[in-house]
Amino acid sequence: MTTPLGSFPGGLVLDGQKKRSTYDAIRKTPLSKKLILPLQQHIGEASEPIVQVGDKVLKGQKIARADGHVSVYLHAPSSGTVTAIDEQPIPHPSGLSAPCITIETDGEDRWVDLEETPDFTTLSEHEIRHRIREAGIVGLGGAGFPSFIKLNPGVHHTVETLIINGVECEPYITCDDMIMRERAEGILDGIEIMRYALRVNKCIIAIEDNKPEAISAMELALARRTELHDTNIVAIPTRYPTGSEKQLIQVVTGKQVPSNGLPIDIGIVCHNVGTSYAIGRAITHGEPLISRIVTVTGIDVTHAGNFETLFGTPMHELLSFCETRREANEPFILGGPMMGYNLSGDHLPVTKTANCILVGVDNAAPKTDPLPCIRCGECATACPVSLLPQQLYWYSRSKELEKTREYNLFDCIECGCCSYVCPSKIPLVHYFRFAKTETMNQELETQKADNARIRHENRLERHEAEKKEKEERQRQRKLALAATKAAKEKEAAEKAKTADPQPDSQEQ
Amino acid sequence: MPLSRLSSPFLSGTSRVTLHMLQLLLALVPAVIALVYFFGPSVLITMTLAVVVALLAEALMLKLRGRPLKPFLTDGSAIVTAVLLAIALPPLAPWWLTVVGILFAIIFAKHLYGGLGYNPFNPAMVAYVLLLISFPLEMTTWLPVASLSEHPLDFAGAFHVIFNGQLVSGLSFDTVSGATPLDAMKTQIGLLQHPSYIAQQPLFGLFAGKGWEWINIWLALGGAFLIARRVISWHIPVAMLLGLTTISLITWLIAPETTGSPLFHLLSGGTMLGAFFIATDPVTAATTIKGRIVFGAGVGLLTYIIRVWGGYPDGVAFAVLLMNMLVPLIDYYTQPKVYGG
Repeated sequence: MTTPLGSFPGGLVLDGQKKRSTYDAIRKTPLSKKLILPLQQHIGEASEPIVQVGDKVLKGQKIARADGHVSVYLHAPSSGTVTAIDEQPIPHPSGLSAPCITIETDGEDRWVDLEETPDFTTLSEHEIRHRIREAGIVGLGGAGFPSFIKLNPGVHHTVETLIINGVECEPYITCDDMIMRERAEGILDGIEIMRYALRVNKCIIAIEDNKPEAISAMELALARRTELHDTNIVAIPTRYPTGSEKQLIQVVTGKQVPSNGLPIDIGIVCHNVGTSYAIGRAITHGEPLISRIVTVTGIDVTHAGNFETLFGTPMHELLSFCETRREANEPFILGGPMMGYNLSGDHLPVTKTANCILVGVDNAAPKTDPLPCIRCGECATACPVSLLPQQLYWYSRSKELEKTREYNLFDCIECGCCSYVCPSKIPLVHYFRFAKTETMNQELETQKADNARIRHENRLERHEAEKKEKEERQRQRKLALAATKAAKEKEAAEKAKTADPQPDSQEQ
Repeated sequence: MPLSRLSSPFLSGTSRVTLHMLQLLLALVPAVIALVYFFGPSVLITMTLAVVVALLAEALMLKLRGRPLKPFLTDGSAIVTAVLLAIALPPLAPWWLTVVGILFAIIFAKHLYGGLGYNPFNPAMVAYVLLLISFPLEMTTWLPVASLSEHPLDFAGAFHVIFNGQLVSGLSFDTVSGATPLDAMKTQIGLLQHPSYIAQQPLFGLFAGKGWEWINIWLALGGAFLIARRVISWHIPVAMLLGLTTISLITWLIAPETTGSPLFHLLSGGTMLGAFFIATDPVTAATTIKGRIVFGAGVGLLTYIIRVWGGYPDGVAFAVLLMNMLVPLIDYYTQPKVYGG
């Protein structure tokens, strides 16, 4: 085990509430009659359906292909029949609907033929990335960025360190904790494959020190792997938001990712432990990503725990499986209490990024109206990115978007530390999201206006050119006309001369 | 517990504006007890009057501005303003002095700027300076500490003085009142007395003015409590005290005949009240970490400059107000370096 090299400013020590959901081992959620699979469960372009309504599908069969570079494949989580390809409500803060494939399961859960590769070194790095993409693997920590892209450093970068994120700093969530406790071997399989694909030896597995069971399970598994001698586990002091990629890098290596940059710019690649496990399964066993571990917890959940759940399973089935004291239509949280979002419809499906369903939290933000900001500066002290949330709040409120940019609004990671510590209970992050969206909309508008202006200018130029061309043509024509006229006159004059040699004298 | 917020974070810490204010008041208790011990119970009467008037003025202004009464009356900020002004006023201050000061603090310095959170100047200090400039006689009529006084005030006596403007015994104020140690030091240095000689007079105690030094020590301990409870951060008080110490030490080493010792300045007048309770007022102080250090050091330097080379015996109130003016500038130039920037 190694020790962390750095630390970040601010942050919070929160009541983890982890024990609620770690009493029992990971259980399987019962197979649902209906699975609803949004075509976009990742960052990037939505996948393109390759099945039709009425098609029979097998478990693990591809049902949608990657469309564009930043996209992945989607698979049937169980065998059955495709009953619809249409818009369905999806788990999204705005309550949007989006294209989904609906599968009615047949209960047989029959697998498609899987291509196993016991020795991944027989594959090239490129083939591995390709398979990971075909297996539909995205970052399972919550962001859902296609993993194969993060395993492709490109020709301009060399990777020095692979960091495996098992921090799980948000309260209540324990799916990474449990996967480390129970499936450490599988995680290490994934790490081996990723090291191979990235051509990097050094790997650090970062785990918060409030998970001693996970740390010992991982250490035990690691001790048996001689080929992973350059892989180390580092126990990180429990502090929110250490699990955030940039903060984790700062803690583990002491380095900072440049503003607007990516970890790869400083030779680092981060992957979540769950993603690592999924990569191991995908390459070694050929299993695509069709399920994930979801923590169901909260003070209103009777049987909290972690559940291996097929994608597309409606959340109400999971919730009724765990028994909750939730009232009908009472909102619940998808994700953690600090960065998740609330949903009220429980017929929404579990997707690749759904790490936690949280019903009821302790120390919930009060219902009372916020007081004015008293400029105490607690928010700035708590900010892990060293922003000045108070100034950002003033400018966001007054819609001075230019100013919010000057105060680095776009470096805000929306971790919520500022709102948490605010004695006036101002929902600061809410304002920052608003200002960000507003700025982006404005930029879009400016872009549109610019495009329109350029189009208009081009049109004017074109007209001008056409006009000039026309004039030129007219001028040419006139000249030609004049020339012919002159020629004719000359001709006529010459003719007249020959016919009447003394016209002048006649006039006189 | 049902969720009340529309977006994350759904959790909230225990910090509350009212809690901050209550802890601030709690931290003042030892110093107030010391004040009563040394200068009689009149501070309690003035304080009660100040709090009542402040709450009435606050309610009136909230009503006029169409703001809800309950959240703002219970936030505790008006009470804190009242208590701080009451502590700063002299023990013989007549009732109308307190009323004028509080009304000006709450109505003009606070609500006309937009109420809690929007006032650029510390309301208690604005009121203090207004009173000091308008009623210099009343504002500088201090009592010597009770042990020195031939006519210590009891509760009834204090009440009589405040509301009737005269002593029970019918004696004139001159027979009971005296200069503050800061005032005495300043006047007598002006008369070319040596500070070390002045400090041997009965008005002075171990380090500074008799009584005053203890009140300042209790205020500093109250301030330490606030720092420990994270109600205030250490940056402003430490910077202010260091600023004051540095300049007074330099002057004291170079020209000891012109100034009291650094310890004298630290434990005299409003130093500790200013350092821990006034300059740390979040609304009117700088907000960045570096900014707070600049702000605090500025208050310390200006306090000394006004005390020693200015026209007033104490300079805390002016120093705070002057630095309040610079806050936007300080904050602008002391922004922290953002992650990855």
